[in-house]
Amino acid sequence: MDNERVKSSRRKFLRSAVAVAGATLGYTWLKSTQFLVYAAEPEDKSLPWYGIVIDIEKCIGCGSCAKACKNENDVPVEPFFFRIWVEQYTVMNDGSVDIKSPNGGIDGFKQTIPDEKIFKSFFVPKMCNHCSKSPCSQVCPVGATYESPEGVVLIDEKYCIGCRYCVQACPYGCRFIHPEKKVANKCTLCYHRLKKGLAPACMEICPTGARMYGNLRDKNSELVKFLKEHTTQVLRPNLNTGAKLYYNALSSEVR
Amino acid sequence: MNFYIPPQIKRLALAFIIFIALFLVLRSFLVPDSFGQYGFYRGESLADNAKPEIHYAGHQSCLECHQDIEDLKLMDVHSDISCETCHGPGQKHVLSSEAADIFKPASRESCGVCHEKNAAKRKSAIFQIQLDTHNTGKNCTECHNSHQPWTMKE
Repeated sequence: MDNERVKSSRRKFLRSAVAVAGATLGYTWLKSTQFLVYAAEPEDKSLPWYGIVIDIEKCIGCGSCAKACKNENDVPVEPFFFRIWVEQYTVMNDGSVDIKSPNGGIDGFKQTIPDEKIFKSFFVPKMCNHCSKSPCSQVCPVGATYESPEGVVLIDEKYCIGCRYCVQACPYGCRFIHPEKKVANKCTLCYHRLKKGLAPACMEICPTGARMYGNLRDKNSELVKFLKEHTTQVLRPNLNTGAKLYYNALSSEVR
Repeated sequence: MNFYIPPQIKRLALAFIIFIALFLVLRSFLVPDSFGQYGFYRGESLADNAKPEIHYAGHQSCLECHQDIEDLKLMDVHSDISCETCHGPGQKHVLSSEAADIFKPASRESCGVCHEKNAAKRKSAIFQIQLDTHNTGKNCTECHNSHQPWTMKE
């Protein structure tokens, strides 16, 4: 008797379990209707997939890139918010590291530490890494930031509620709240220029060619050739952000 | 096979169904059409991001009128530098052709931004000078032609 009841309840349980599983499966087939679930990632291989290279050996810290970015994207000059900026790292003879970025480097750099004390020194231009697994777009509660089909991380200014989650989530410190628009703001890799067939402003004006951008899908592009021939490194590889900004000759002091 | 569903559960289920239906109706009005077109974001936002006006015209636009300067530049070490690196954003000038709409750098500091000596600049990357000892009081353009820096003026 008891045994019979157990059997029948087990049958009921199995039946409902199959029904639930079936409904879930059926629902995933309905995905194309975009009823509640959205398409995961567009796999449009015809579009470029942008990557960036910064060659630290070529950078002279003139700050033209940071200045051009402010001009091109109407980023307020003061207070100091930056989509891209330049840092100067100076390793002293005693092993300590000095990091400077006066005004984000837009006025260039003056050497303040005498040559005798310096073990080595170099410039590190920083900007959005346009991560393919970007932490900033993962934390956005309203879907206002995303990775475009070209691999550019963009912001939907109409949708952004200014909650600042993304500003905290970015491990590279590349986001800020626009002081006038009160929404998140960041490097768009000059998406408006890319779409018009122009190079991003910072790449356009870099006098030494230290900055490069290109299509990572095109295996014959200048960028991919550079990546093949040089030992490049991304910032904070341990965070698995899928960063697409590669540094050539990056020193281990850089954070 | 006789499921007995108590009436309070039935009422609860009904309330749930009404709630979900209301949610779906409201949602269809509130979510923009292009949301989810490419991913979990508003598809039209791509067009919004492509909309802003450009300020830097690009090197090719300069060449349409100033090929002569480009020819000078190509003969010397400044050959790879885009015009707008020193002259600033040029789209306004491209549209108006007014000389007032473009910046003409004429100070020691403008050249010094790149050429002032700094330990972080690789010697192979750029020719560097000490701004405070190199012919002080003189403007760079008194001796150098900015488009052909090694063609010295008298």
